[in-house]
Amino acid sequence: MITKHAEHVMGTVFSFVVRDPSPAVDEALREAVARLHAIDARFSPYRADSEVSRIVHGEASLTNASAELAEVLDRCAEIEKLTEGWFSAYPEGRLDPSGWVKGWAVEQACALLCEAGSTEHCVNGGGDVQSVGGPWRIGVADPFRPGSLAAVLAGRDLVVATSGTGERGAHILDPRTGESATGLLSLTLVTSGPARLARTDACATAAFAMGPEAGLAWVERQPDLEALAILPDPAAPKRATSEYLRFSV
Amino acid sequence: MRRAIVTTTATAAGVVLLLSLKPHGSQSAASQAPVISSGGSSTSGGSGGSSTTSTNTDTNSSSSSNSSSSSQTSKTSKTSKTSSGSYTGTAVDTRYGPVQVRIDLSNGKISKIDVLQYPNGMQRDVDINSYALPVLNQEALAAQSAQIDAVSGATYTSDGYTQSLQSALDQAGLK
Repeated sequence: MITKHAEHVMGTVFSFVVRDPSPAVDEALREAVARLHAIDARFSPYRADSEVSRIVHGEASLTNASAELAEVLDRCAEIEKLTEGWFSAYPEGRLDPSGWVKGWAVEQACALLCEAGSTEHCVNGGGDVQSVGGPWRIGVADPFRPGSLAAVLAGRDLVVATSGTGERGAHILDPRTGESATGLLSLTLVTSGPARLARTDACATAAFAMGPEAGLAWVERQPDLEALAILPDPAAPKRATSEYLRFSV
Repeated sequence: MRRAIVTTTATAAGVVLLLSLKPHGSQSAASQAPVISSGGSSTSGGSGGSSTTSTNTDTNSSSSSNSSSSSQTSKTSKTSKTSSGSYTGTAVDTRYGPVQVRIDLSNGKISKIDVLQYPNGMQRDVDINSYALPVLNQEALAAQSAQIDAVSGATYTSDGYTQSLQSALDQAGLK
């Protein structure tokens, strides 16, 4: 028996696959969905009444930030340091920790399911995936052929995050120049382990902004992180870090 | 600028599909005309209701879990899940506009996918989607046995497509 659920929240869809449902786990799934909406209410830059928006608009002060926001900003600062400034909670000069929050929200959902006894579930937050148990098979969208897959990754506790330009052109900015990052079409990071998605997702954003050469070299230096890079030239071969193939099907 | 109806609501068995493209604002019937259609002949009538969420088990027809959001789901099939009928996926908002698909099932397999709405506010949207959505449909039809648990990616329209499709599959009780 499998429980599946799709929830529209945070401007995208979170989908859940639970392979070991039980009344307690199903209740935790409801709690997880409520938690996602609560996180969106606090952190969304698109909601005028969110804490983030009130700070951006000068209606609230960072010094009085909630413990939850303060914690998120601490984590963002750690990633900013790890990525040598390529990830920032201020991507366009103003507070927007979305690049951390979505993956973190997925982790929170997984934690609630785990606490309720589930050891087999997979949560996809708008294309960024944290799984528990498994093995799981996770496809990587092919940016040249929407709807088809560029790769399939498999493993236990698999974590996959993709940054890309999407179909509409660049939407990730180089935080150093404010210009669009254009050297890559998409960059997928893969790793395994519990509660790894927020960090992996933020690192994917940073490495994408670095571009193919510096981005792949940086990922290569990170223990346990592997990358698949798809370049804008359709004739160019995909590139990957040295241990990527251990996740590839 | 033309945009199909945002959501369908109530439905009744046997409503015949409207096969013409409906202009903006028309909302005369429970079923919607597809903007793009792929798959077999449109012999099955009916339309599913829309829902914001769905949770189903895949082995029986009872719902073992409910979302906190209310949903309204209906299907035209009188038999249990994973058989035949039409299921309308959630209208998924992407940053460019909503995407919504409907699937027709025949003996537990997708026989047809209709795209009920997609972002088409600009010529570029039309260009992208006139190319991408038929491809998405073909891929989805072809990928039924791919056994993929999730897809990682950054394409908003196709993500909306995938998710709307997933919610339709969830309603149908397919894995």
